[in-house]
Amino acid sequence: MTFQSIIFYIFAAVLVISALRVISAQNPVHAVLFLVLAFFTAAALWLLLYAEFLALTLILVYVGAVMVLFLFVVMMLDINFEKLREGFWKYLPVAATIATLMVVEMVLLITSKGFHLADQALPVAPVAVSNTKELGRILYTDYLLPFELSAVILVVAIVAAIALTLRPRKEARSQNVGDQVRVKASDRLKIIKMDAEKELPSVPMSTAAPAESKQS
Amino acid sequence: MITLSHYLVLSAILFAISVAGIFLNRKNIIVLLMAIELMLLAVNMNFIAFSHHWGNLAGQVMVFFILTVAAAESAIGLAILVILFRNLRSINVDDIGTLKG
Repeated sequence: MTFQSIIFYIFAAVLVISALRVISAQNPVHAVLFLVLAFFTAAALWLLLYAEFLALTLILVYVGAVMVLFLFVVMMLDINFEKLREGFWKYLPVAATIATLMVVEMVLLITSKGFHLADQALPVAPVAVSNTKELGRILYTDYLLPFELSAVILVVAIVAAIALTLRPRKEARSQNVGDQVRVKASDRLKIIKMDAEKELPSVPMSTAAPAESKQS
Repeated sequence: MITLSHYLVLSAILFAISVAGIFLNRKNIIVLLMAIELMLLAVNMNFIAFSHHWGNLAGQVMVFFILTVAAAESAIGLAILVILFRNLRSINVDDIGTLKG
């Protein structure tokens, strides 16, 4: 048993156990945290397969962004989770049967004689080739159009998520563009014809003084 | 010695666990979304194992795109979940039967 296979079995065990805890945890916060653990161990397994770039992307994008989003939503919503777990034990026999059947079928298929992959060891990647560099090279040449389409998908997702959750505030003030366009100059500006100079009527001092004292 | 079938069996187990999770938590949308994420992880592991086995990077490019689309999907799914909770005060799947489908 080589060192690599020991590492593989340890990480595989952690991955399976954390996946089981994800689907069986009573508290969804625990489920999210076990999912984070599952992603971490999966990233380690991908490193064993020499997929360094994707392993780090999995940690950065999934653990750093998507799982934090899940945590935000789980903690933000005030939900009675006990009620949502109704039927857990009722459906357990069916679910366990179907899952076991799926695994047994897949294992029978993979380890059968006709499937010639079981007995070959995985190739060892050449040391000098950088996985990130090679991936970037074919991503920007052969897969340029799908790459740009995925950027468009991300933009659509941003716009959709914001548009869905945006709630206009009642006291918020905003412009009425229709009114602004329809307005005419005569509504805003009134031109008054008047003389440039106007002669003040001559007021005698004696009548002006009592008026001032009355105001004060 | 680790062979390709080790990884295939591991991702089959992971996929079966997440299918069982969809059966078990069929009322809780959050856990349903998490089970879908686990399924995508299992599929991605298959892609990477085959990509390494054949020495072809196309599988890893596919994983890249799957990660992108899955991130977009979970962001929109969680946004829908938030407005659903805002309107219904519940995220129970049984309450979302307005269309009688």
